[in-house]
Amino acid sequence: MMKSLCLELLLPFFMLFPSVPAFADDLLVFAEEAPDALVKRVTDEVLEIVRQDKDIQSGNTKKILELVEAKVFPHFDFAHMTALAVGRDWSRATPDQKKRLADEFHILLVRTYSNALTAYRDQSIRYRALKRAPEDTEVLVRTEILQPGSKPITLNYSLEKHDDGWKVFDVAVAGVSLVGNYRDAFSTEVRANGIDGLLKMLVDKNKQLEASQK
Amino acid sequence: MKRFFCVICVLAALSGCAATGTHPDDPYEGFNRAMFSFNEGLDTVVKPVAEGYETLTPLPIRVVIGNFFGNIGDVWISVNNFLQGKVEAGFSDIGRVLVNSTFGFCGIFDFASEMGLEKHSEDFGQTLGVWGVESGPYFFWPIIGPRTARDTFGWGVDFAVDPVRRIRHDNATRNTLIGVRTIEGRARLLQAEKVLDSASFDKYNTIRNMYLNGRAAAIKDED
Repeated sequence: MMKSLCLELLLPFFMLFPSVPAFADDLLVFAEEAPDALVKRVTDEVLEIVRQDKDIQSGNTKKILELVEAKVFPHFDFAHMTALAVGRDWSRATPDQKKRLADEFHILLVRTYSNALTAYRDQSIRYRALKRAPEDTEVLVRTEILQPGSKPITLNYSLEKHDDGWKVFDVAVAGVSLVGNYRDAFSTEVRANGIDGLLKMLVDKNKQLEASQK
Repeated sequence: MKRFFCVICVLAALSGCAATGTHPDDPYEGFNRAMFSFNEGLDTVVKPVAEGYETLTPLPIRVVIGNFFGNIGDVWISVNNFLQGKVEAGFSDIGRVLVNSTFGFCGIFDFASEMGLEKHSEDFGQTLGVWGVESGPYFFWPIIGPRTARDTFGWGVDFAVDPVRRIRHDNATRNTLIGVRTIEGRARLLQAEKVLDSASFDKYNTIRNMYLNGRAAAIKDED
């Protein structure tokens, strides 16, 4: 009773303030984080951890892998990435093969991403303005790695809208796509040894990387 | 060095008789892969020196050395920006050279970056690309590595105007500078190479992809 009375008394005040709708907008954005905000939040979080963790800076593989897996990769869509990397042959794979390919590709990318992260030495990141129409379901979030004495390196994320938020499906460093990088090697293998050959190639590569990074 | 360039031209002409590649972007893959192996062999000598340089030289000293050569490079970068019609970037590069050569003690400190004059990366191959010259076939050369036909010519021009190489009165200084610059350049690639090794199934293939896509992006200034 008391509660509703309070509300009734206070409501006119709220309505006086034009900022109330804006506040409601903020709530809405929070419920569905914008793609550029997502990239910035995750990047800032991860780099803050790297800056403070001496183990990671000295190249502790296990810790870096855990960080990437916990903070970065929940926002990646591996099925989409694998489909793009495999190209036309993706449609020939069974659902089971697709899942196993995506799982192996995931493991490979964790290794690659972790290697890149150990190279981080206090460079700052610049976030470029996002060009996006409200109805877009795919966007490119453009960032730059700044380092004195060198030209800034572009680092662009391609994201797609999902029901549970935006997911990254490609990363391009200095104009070179990460997913596209695998396309040649994957299609050559599929042509020679089929989908199972590609799966075996990924499994072997991951085993080899695991052995060398211990 | 001129003789070396001639040898390359002859090799290229010979390899032209035997187009071996199966990849559409790589008609001379047989020749290119042979030269790639040759360079990997050379690198077994160069890489350890670069690793030694990185281990033994403290980071601030390496930054100073990198800045010194970067400042010399900014002169030609400025010219290329003007040639590409990017007047603002060209003047910014001139500003960089002036600031860093004076306040930056002959270029060893990059104060210009702190002032907001960002470093660019341009060469004559990119200029030709901006002018509309097609990239032509892909080559992997001994010593200098991947270059398309256009970028091979561009490299020749970059090489001809290289200020360090034009020091004529003092051979010892010139050769030392060229040596240090080479090792410093190789050391810069060590970290990226680790990522490349873990990311690639066929290093030759990955380098080709990265080179061709990276150059296309650089010409559009999207790198």
